[in-house]
Amino acid sequence: MATVRLSFSPAPVHVRTARLVGVAVARRAGVAEELLDEVRLAIGEACTRAVALHNQYGLADLVTVEMSDSEAYSVRVIDHAPIEASVGLTKLPPDELADESLTEDALTTGVGFALLAGFVDDLQVRPVDDGPGTEVRMVWPVQRR
Amino acid sequence: MELSLATRSVEEHTVLEVGGEVDVYTAPRLRERLVELVDSGVRNVVVDLGGVEFLDSTGLGVLVGAMKRLRVANGSFSLVCSKEALLKIFRITALDQVFPIFPTIEAATRGSDDSALS
Repeated sequence: MATVRLSFSPAPVHVRTARLVGVAVARRAGVAEELLDEVRLAIGEACTRAVALHNQYGLADLVTVEMSDSEAYSVRVIDHAPIEASVGLTKLPPDELADESLTEDALTTGVGFALLAGFVDDLQVRPVDDGPGTEVRMVWPVQRR
Repeated sequence: MELSLATRSVEEHTVLEVGGEVDVYTAPRLRERLVELVDSGVRNVVVDLGGVEFLDSTGLGVLVGAMKRLRVANGSFSLVCSKEALLKIFRITALDQVFPIFPTIEAATRGSDDSALS
């Protein structure tokens, strides 16, 4: 089992780095080439969500991305925001997406979750074991060589 | 790849060509450019996503925001996109039912007259 762990301060500029590392490890782990765009997008969305939550709550704590290739390729994105901030998976209907009263932030959050749910078959959002925060866990199959 | 933005006029439309990665870091620059265009009086905007290599929820939020601003101003807003990877993102989020999406700039400048947002 190989594990790569990356921690970064909650700044938007680092989300791209997390995406690049996540895809590089996925490729190395044997995730099918045609799934890599989805891996990149999903890791980006999970990290964007974590960065937004830390900024919303004024938290300087690092966001952690942990990638593991035992059995399958699993990625955990861990934030430390209060648990009540972790809204469930919701997909906004088209008429609500275009509604004037929906703020850009709310729309982005809803769309982000729609992308996570749409692109990741094996997705879990759950509280972290210690302290406040949530963990977004995503798993993709690997092709053994 | 960094975000690139370029505008040009095609008949009565302003085409904003977007290239590179549109994400939580670069989307604010796209938002600024779109707001500048609307504030300067542009009313018919076509955003060409042909050069976009990555688009996330933040970028989608900016595009919806621009569409709403133009709707208020009685303008039109449409997208040009033919990449399957990006079209899938629009389908999954149901935003393909919100934006007029055309395969070419020519189709967008011709078609957005019919689908002008009211």
